Amino acid sequence: MEIQLKLNGRPVRDSIDADTLLIDFVRAHGCASVKRGCETSNCGLCTVLLDGKPVLSCSVLAARADGHEVQTLEGLQAEAEEFVSFIADQGAEQCGFCNPGYVMNTIALLRENPDPTDDEIRAYLAGNLCRCSGYEGQLRGIRAFLNARNAKGGTDRG
Amino acid sequence: MLTIKRYVRAQSLDEAYTLCQKRSNVVLGGMLWLKTQNRTVDTAIDLSDLILDTIEETPEAFRIGAMVPLRALEQHPGLDALTRGAMAESVRHIVGVQFRNLATVGGSIYGRFGFSDVLTLFLTLDAVVELHHGGAVPLADYAARPYERDILTHVVIPKQPGNVAYLAQRNISTDFPVLTCAVAVRGDGVRCAIGARPMKAQLYTGDPALLAGGITPESAAAFGESIAAEVAFSSNLRAGADYRRAVCPVLVRRALLACKEEA
Repeated sequence: MEIQLKLNGRPVRDSIDADTLLIDFVRAHGCASVKRGCETSNCGLCTVLLDGKPVLSCSVLAARADGHEVQTLEGLQAEAEEFVSFIADQGAEQCGFCNPGYVMNTIALLRENPDPTDDEIRAYLAGNLCRCSGYEGQLRGIRAFLNARNAKGGTDRG
Repeated sequence: MLTIKRYVRAQSLDEAYTLCQKRSNVVLGGMLWLKTQNRTVDTAIDLSDLILDTIEETPEAFRIGAMVPLRALEQHPGLDALTRGAMAESVRHIVGVQFRNLATVGGSIYGRFGFSDVLTLFLTLDAVVELHHGGAVPLADYAARPYERDILTHVVIPKQPGNVAYLAQRNISTDFPVLTCAVAVRGDGVRCAIGARPMKAQLYTGDPALLAGGITPESAAAFGESIAAEVAFSSNLRAGADYRRAVCPVLVRRALLACKEEA
C-alpha cells in the first residue's frame, strides 16, 4: 500500500507493507535518532510527535500516519538546542541511548506546559526509561533550563 | 511477532462491522496490547476516520467515542469535575504520556483486561457501552460477556451526583497494577469495583448495612473487609492472592474515606 505523510516538514510518499511500523518507516527515511528499545510500548526511546503529540512509534502502524504529520528530533534541532546543553551540564546521561526520546518528550512537555513544576516534569517524563541514571540528572537539567529562562524574564513555579 | 496482511481504514461502521465478522480480522484500538502478541491478522480494521475520537457532553451524560485516547480522559475538565479527579488518577500511572496518547477508551473497555484501571473506574460510574449492532449495554453486563464480533462505538457515563475515588496498588510506578479499587458514594448507596485481582474488574456489594450509620474509619474498614470476603483473588508474578486479599480492604477503606472527605 502507498502512504503519504509530512515528515519533519517535507512530504514523503512511499510504498509500505500493511504491518510496517512507524519507527521503521521514519528510520528508513533518514531519522536515525528514533531508537528501537523495548518494543513493548514501555521505554519511550522511539518517541516521535504525531500531529504534535508524543507517541511511541514502535506501536503505531505507518499506515495510520498516512495523511498526518510526523516530527522527529532531526526536524526539531533548534527547539531542542534550547535545553539539551543544560541536561548535558548535569551529567545526566551516560550512554545517551535514551536521549532522543527524552528530548522529544521534553519538547512536548514544554509546548503543553511551558513552566512545569518538578512533579509535573516527573509525571510527564514517567514513560521515558533510562537504565544508566537515576533520573535526577535529567530533572536537574530541565529545572536549570527553566530557571535560567525564567531569570531572563519569566516566573518560576519550580 | 504481530503480522498484518491488510490494513483498512473503514469508511463506515457497517464496513467495519462486516469486516470484523471474520475471525482472523481485528479492530484496532491503540494497538498497544495487540502489538505484544504473537499472531497473524488478515485485516486490521482502523476506525480512525469514523469520528469516534470526541467526548460529547449533554445535560445527562458524557458520551466518549471509542477512539478517544486515555490522555484525553485525563485532561477533560468535565470528566475531572464529575469524578473529582478520579478519572485522571485512574489513568495517570499507565506507562507514560506517549502510551496514553495511543491507548483508546474503546480498546481498554472492549479488551476487558484483567489489569484495566479504566474498566475498574467505569464500572462504578455506571457506564453504558454502545455497540454498533448490539445497542446500549450496561458495562457491568458487557464486562461479563464473552468477546463478540461487534463494534464498540461509544461509552456513556451518566452524570450522577455523588463522590468518587480511585486507588490502585502498584509494585512500582507505571507498572501493571497489583490491585485496583474504585468507589462511588451516591444517594442510593455505594458502588465498589475491584480489579487486577488479577482477573478483570467486577462490581461487589459487600455489606451495605455496615455503612448505615455513616462512613467512619471503623465502618469503612468493616465494609472493606466485607468486600474482600466477596472477591475472588488469584496470584500472578506481581503478587499472590493472599497479598491482594490483604490490600483490598485497605484500598476500599481509604477510597470510602476519600469520598467522605469530598462530600
